[in-house]
Amino acid sequence: MAAHRRSTDDPVWAKVLIIGLVLLFLGLVLVLPLAAVFAEALRKGLQPALEAISNPDALAAVKLTLLTAAITVPFNVVFGLCAAWAVAKHDFPGKSLLITLIDLPFSVSPVVAGLIYVLVFGLQGWFGERLIDHDIKIIFAVPGIVLATIFVTFPFIARELIPLMQEQGVSEEEAAVSMGASGLYTFWRVTAPNVRWGLLYGVLLCNARAMGEFGAVSVVSGHIRGLTNTMPLHVEILYNEYDFVGAFAVAALLCLLAIVTLVLKTALEVAQPAVRGRSGH
Amino acid sequence: MTISIRSVEKKFGRYPALNKVGLEIADGELLALLGPSGSGKTTLLRVIAGLEFPDAGQVLFHDQDVTFASAAARRVGFVFQQYALFKHMTVAKNIAFGLDVRKGKDKPSKVEITRRVDELLRLVELEGLGGRYPSQLSGGQRQRVALSRALAVQPSVLLLDEPFGALDATVRKSLRKELRRVHDATGVTTIFVTHDQEEALDLADRVAILNQGVIEQVGTPEQVHDHPVSPFVCGFVGESNRFEGVVSGGRFTSGSVFLPATGLADGPAVAFARPHDFSLDGSGFEVRVNRVHIQGALAHVDAETADGRRIDVVTSRDQAEHFTGTVRLAARKAHVFPA
Amino acid sequence: MTAETAIAIRPTGRPLFRRRSAIPGFTLTLGVTLTVLSLIVLIPLSAVALKAAQLSPSEFLAVAFSQRAMAAYRLTFGAAFVAAVINGVFGVLTAWALVRYEFPGKALVNALVDLPFALPTAVAGIALATLYAPNGWVGSLLTPLGIKAAYNPIGVTIALVFIGLPFVVRTIEPVLRDLSDDVEEAAASLGAGRLSTIFRIVLPALGPSWLTGFALAFARGIGEYGSVIFIAGNMPFKSEIAPLLIIIQLEQFEYAHAAAIAVVMLAVSFLMLLIINAVQAWARRFS
Repeated sequence: MAAHRRSTDDPVWAKVLIIGLVLLFLGLVLVLPLAAVFAEALRKGLQPALEAISNPDALAAVKLTLLTAAITVPFNVVFGLCAAWAVAKHDFPGKSLLITLIDLPFSVSPVVAGLIYVLVFGLQGWFGERLIDHDIKIIFAVPGIVLATIFVTFPFIARELIPLMQEQGVSEEEAAVSMGASGLYTFWRVTAPNVRWGLLYGVLLCNARAMGEFGAVSVVSGHIRGLTNTMPLHVEILYNEYDFVGAFAVAALLCLLAIVTLVLKTALEVAQPAVRGRSGH
Repeated sequence: MTISIRSVEKKFGRYPALNKVGLEIADGELLALLGPSGSGKTTLLRVIAGLEFPDAGQVLFHDQDVTFASAAARRVGFVFQQYALFKHMTVAKNIAFGLDVRKGKDKPSKVEITRRVDELLRLVELEGLGGRYPSQLSGGQRQRVALSRALAVQPSVLLLDEPFGALDATVRKSLRKELRRVHDATGVTTIFVTHDQEEALDLADRVAILNQGVIEQVGTPEQVHDHPVSPFVCGFVGESNRFEGVVSGGRFTSGSVFLPATGLADGPAVAFARPHDFSLDGSGFEVRVNRVHIQGALAHVDAETADGRRIDVVTSRDQAEHFTGTVRLAARKAHVFPA
Repeated sequence: MTAETAIAIRPTGRPLFRRRSAIPGFTLTLGVTLTVLSLIVLIPLSAVALKAAQLSPSEFLAVAFSQRAMAAYRLTFGAAFVAAVINGVFGVLTAWALVRYEFPGKALVNALVDLPFALPTAVAGIALATLYAPNGWVGSLLTPLGIKAAYNPIGVTIALVFIGLPFVVRTIEPVLRDLSDDVEEAAASLGAGRLSTIFRIVLPALGPSWLTGFALAFARGIGEYGSVIFIAGNMPFKSEIAPLLIIIQLEQFEYAHAAAIAVVMLAVSFLMLLIINAVQAWARRFS
């Protein structure tokens, strides 16, 4: 039977043209950079690349990156759950303002995010002298890196959970409470099972950003090798020292992280279509 | 405009939505496509509109083959179940759309379009609402906008897919009258799809009853109600009591129930008797009256035979007092089909 | 259960706040939310304004709108705008292909669109710089044509296209998916051809989400640092972006100057946020 084009279908030539353009564009913008990272990392073979990532400075950077994520993600999970519970399950004046404020860090340049902590905790900052008196280092030290990372990833989990919990409404919680369940019990037994996939989705994206953050961390880190260098900062240092194989080898490691994130994210979207991402990360 | 549908077939995957459907629609007729969901009625409407193309068969407008003509070329007015109004356009822009998209000398002047929009707004009693957006209208108003938008192109045929499906009962009734009025005022050939038999019988000149992709019967509301040609039509159109039993010697028997079946060959059969065709009759079969409730001028009787079969009877209110205890019923008429 | 079971309803005093919901935990969770939000976001952000306020108005203007700063804003906003326009075009096409067509590798393309969300910006930065450098895979093809991509505003734009793409695609996609067939069928049955249906019905319906995606990509582009600095070349007055100026001021310990430039950038960011909210409020009128 000859295929007659329905009124919502596009002609075949248009389909081919659009798909072709999209593939060309995405290939140029997304695939090529990814391929370039691995090609540059392996330019001199596998051995130098492996050496670059097993170098003590690189390992220290990996460790710091993992540490930063290990603090940032749980912090944002707790905050996200609190914020979502307050916003999605209750009504109060100023609610939409609060949502906007939670989203605020998305609109702030990462460099400004780093700057604000320098202004607060830096040498000339509000608490600068007092911190020196007590020999506490925040800027150019790990706490500053963690703070800056928390700032840039701040909205990730909350903004994933708020719309999800709003959609689910309050009737299930009200039913649980009416049967005598406590708040915590209601949360664990009723709310948490309903939002766990959305939470996981937020954790995934939050983690990727936490491990990959560059601008904010760069401002507060001080770039001390082996001490305050995260993986992205280590990439920068090696690159600026013209150690391209080293830079791209560590970058390739970060690419793998990104790929794992995307695979998990896609798997989650296929398995749980309800958590399909919300825009604006 | 006359429309002929000839042996149209349409499959979705392996599921046959339409199976050799043939139908003739006369100029200026108001026809209902009636059937349960999945009967193929909407598919048939979409084939006529050019939104769906058949796998086999022909669709003719005025003897002209339009089977594979695009929807845009057919000049049909289509009212969608959810109205499909253009949300970003005002009511007036929505109605004007079909005239606005025309090109060259076919396109009416701005003044002409405005005049036409005003005329249509008046026809569906929405004067003064041309500047509103669809989101600012009630369900019934949206439906009227959809109707006038479809009429704006002066369609050769007006097609409506469950036009009252998304409305509540009271709005439904008044819009039904409205559609009849608009049809009579414009004289445009109109086909509408519904699963509501009351709506079809109340509104249409003729009703086509579909079941599983096949047209079971086409006829006036009286014909399909009083002379159903198949057990499906009989069960689907109007209220009825259904019995399974046997015909023997011009009489249908099912347990203690017996019904007239004059002229039918002996054998197993299925019978339908309308509630209002029963009356008290000393020579009838015995039932116990469970409950009588009065509804306006009518009395509804819930009766039950000795072997536990329930029978609905409708009678006039002044007869209600006779339905007490155990009574004998007989049916004036029954539709009996060989099983 | 015996009739003796008594339910003790303790009379409670009038609560401090009127209870708005039967669900417990409101005070605790809102308290945590407000405290953390203040400590992590609001108070530190206000430090920028306070620091910049240490400058006199004329000093502030001299620093925040110096020739060099103006050149940086022009580059930052200009490149972010052009990149958002490019993403506006290809983002719609990508969303269209993902929603409307079936093609081999579609699932892969769908996953790949989010790469800029998942890939650390510094990695994207060195990869793009290497690709578009005069001796890189793409750069070596462009050089004979007289196009210098890396270490140039073009390079900045390329990096911002990379960063902004998913914002446009992921904002448009759900709206396009929810746009039901019958609206397009209605246009067709009223005599509209495929092109007029797309330009008069589909694209206007996507308008608000397109604008939102455009604004999100633009806003992200303004603040972007990691993916840009490697490919930008960072030459004052030519390829120096505004976030880099802040870092340069910081390295010279000119904290107030850094804060002044940050104030300008924050002001633009908040303006974008306002515009996005306004667009979304406007779009809600129609649904």
